[in-house]
Amino acid sequence: MKFKIYRYNPEQGGKPGLQDFEIAAVQPGMMLLEALLKCKDQDESLTFRRSCGEGVCGSDAVNINGVNGLACITPLADLKEPVVIRPLPGRPIIRDLVVDLSGFYQQYRTIKPYLTLYEPEPEVEILQSPEERDQLDGLYECILCACCSTACPSFWWNPEKFLGPAALLQAWRFIADSRDQATDERLAALEGPYRVFRCHTIMNCVDVCPKGLNPTQAIGRIKMRMLKQSL
Amino acid sequence: MKLTSRKFDALIIGAGGGGLRAALQLAQGDASVAVVSKVFPTRSHTVAAQGGVNAALANVTEDNWHWHMFDTIKGSDYLGDQDAIEYMCRAASRVVYELEHSGVPFSRLESGKIYQRAFGGQSRNFGGEQATRTCAAADRTGHAILHSLYQQNIRAKTHFFDEYFAIDLIIDKQGYVLGAVVMEIESGEILVIEAKATLIATGGAGQIYRTTTNALINTGDGMAMALRANIPLQDMEFFQFHPTGIAGKGMLITEGVRGEGGYLVNADNERFMERYAPKAKDLASRDVVSRAISIEVREGRGCGPEKDHVMLKIDHLGSEVIKKRLPGIRDTSMTFLKIDPILNPIPVYPTAHYTMGGIPTNRYGQVVIPVRDTPEEAVPGLYAAGECACVSVHGANRLGGNSLLDILVFGRAAANHIIQFLAETRYHRPLEESCVEQALQRVARWDKKGSGESVNQIKDELKRVMEAHCGVFRVDDVLREGVKKVEALAIRLQDAVIKDHSKIFNTARIEAMELENLMDIAKATVVSAQARTESRGAHSRIDFTERDDKHWLKHSLYFIDGHLDYKPVRTKPITVESFPPKARIY
Repeated sequence: MKFKIYRYNPEQGGKPGLQDFEIAAVQPGMMLLEALLKCKDQDESLTFRRSCGEGVCGSDAVNINGVNGLACITPLADLKEPVVIRPLPGRPIIRDLVVDLSGFYQQYRTIKPYLTLYEPEPEVEILQSPEERDQLDGLYECILCACCSTACPSFWWNPEKFLGPAALLQAWRFIADSRDQATDERLAALEGPYRVFRCHTIMNCVDVCPKGLNPTQAIGRIKMRMLKQSL
Repeated sequence: MKLTSRKFDALIIGAGGGGLRAALQLAQGDASVAVVSKVFPTRSHTVAAQGGVNAALANVTEDNWHWHMFDTIKGSDYLGDQDAIEYMCRAASRVVYELEHSGVPFSRLESGKIYQRAFGGQSRNFGGEQATRTCAAADRTGHAILHSLYQQNIRAKTHFFDEYFAIDLIIDKQGYVLGAVVMEIESGEILVIEAKATLIATGGAGQIYRTTTNALINTGDGMAMALRANIPLQDMEFFQFHPTGIAGKGMLITEGVRGEGGYLVNADNERFMERYAPKAKDLASRDVVSRAISIEVREGRGCGPEKDHVMLKIDHLGSEVIKKRLPGIRDTSMTFLKIDPILNPIPVYPTAHYTMGGIPTNRYGQVVIPVRDTPEEAVPGLYAAGECACVSVHGANRLGGNSLLDILVFGRAAANHIIQFLAETRYHRPLEESCVEQALQRVARWDKKGSGESVNQIKDELKRVMEAHCGVFRVDDVLREGVKKVEALAIRLQDAVIKDHSKIFNTARIEAMELENLMDIAKATVVSAQARTESRGAHSRIDFTERDDKHWLKHSLYFIDGHLDYKPVRTKPITVESFPPKARIY
């Protein structure tokens, strides 16, 4: 199977480019990460992040034939040859497939992604009905792989000001949590023309999310809550 | 060479659940704390824990910490230290409630309380009916806990050094630990982090085996660092094989599947666990279930064309329960096998999963080593918690749901002790340049050019050797050969080379140093296993099939020069009566 993989090493100067790789023994059921590891066997300078190999840690997000995804849960059988692997778009490239995600993480921190309680904590759990807990499904599962935000044109154009789908999904995760006591502050912090309202429902985020989450819907819900709040 | 240096009160190496729980406690205790992690914190392997965390909340069935304590001791095959186990089981409810307050989205019961499920090795009333003790967020409990702890650390303004690789501890001539030498992966620059107290929380070493549920990052870096600092590793022969990894691939399928009512069948469609554990059946301890599966396959009752696995059946639970309680493993099964467990069973086989052994500590998280006549003297300034440590609460076999508990309880306990230690320790001790020499040499060694074997080639062989020579069942001559093979590989590793000598984000160099770590740990494992001539917990010897309390009710200590020492098990709990060893029947 043939691959074209983006290479860039700032120490060696020169221009970035695509390097050809070929993997001989492709077993049925093999995932792209296994192929990348085999490519690295051939040329150990090939650089990418990886860890769990089962789609839960979010390390190995890359751009695969033009679409963001996790290498470890992308079956080779689904890919058209030559498979073109590039780093996630729109972020500074550190080396090869490794991009600088500090801006992405900063946007996450901006939304204060932690449960906030003002009242004294009870000595047991805070009660939450199964229905209230259901509101968190489709939100808490985010693995911060950055597939969504780096596929979002609004994030490319305004990476400093627009929070991007991943951070906004988490913003809604805490607004939606029946236990959280900072809803008003959370909504107030999202005011303004950029932070939420740059989402133009292009829905790339939904298409690429490897966990099947729906940031666009979460953003829509934030907008609705803000609207209700302002009435 | 002038190195950049940063100073903190406390340094934590590793940003999994143990490290982050400790960091949170320290930050809340007004200590300045640095967390060094070779990956972004939420990519640590705690994220992959599925089934849940044990605590006797009694939300579903009657329960108390004392029963949990008994189960844990029995599960450990009486090798667990009973003071530490009492401490952990007593603290369990509190740490789970704390987690809930910090935002963990636990699944809920109709009552609004935290959802709990049955897990292996759990009982009511000291060996009676099945208990329901495992607190779960669907089957993504580790993910939920790790993310919440990271989030609370953002609030607490913990200093994170993300994508920094720890090379070695810094120890002065008097034996005080002064911090660590680390490498910023992005730049390749070396950084010295000085700290009055250092906590190792680097997790396990499942990568010594070929088929493992463990992530590629689980290379036992902290354990190997301890070994190089002349600290022994305890009970390394006890490596847990999880009964239900996806056959041939290794992805974890949580014990929660059986807790929710799933069961194992062989090629004859027989529920074979009834023969091995008449009462607990599929919810017997992991060592028992893993042995049963191995025997079924060995005796020709395996499934599939190669008869090399068994089947885990859950279709009878109904799609509602599976979608609600086990969505993650359903995803995993569909992604990697194209099998929807709502319709068809999942092929499974015992898979390397958890390092019971590790850096010896007491229940305050202090690293303890034998010094002359004292078996457990604290190393000043050094702590360890979680899978890299050996308290020992898991003894010879860990119960499912006790590893998340271990990291939380002892991450927190270590932090509390560090806070005390910091109150008594106002200043950083002076750091002499010679103390960082070993670490610098360790990095420089990989600058060597020329021809030689590749790191990957040796790593592949090591993992195969460990699988073949130190698996579920063990026997003397195979172990002996294993020791020889690992020793030979270690010698070959000294001459291995990497071709990539660049500085920026050089993962080849990191992997080379990881393999050095794995090599030491593999050797510790197989040497300790060869020496222990009894069967206990996860360590099953074909040539010594019985547990031998007369000679072997003791912890192994493996030193880097290859010699072994032993120390007694702490059989006396803190406040309650001791549980003396009994036959272990499920």
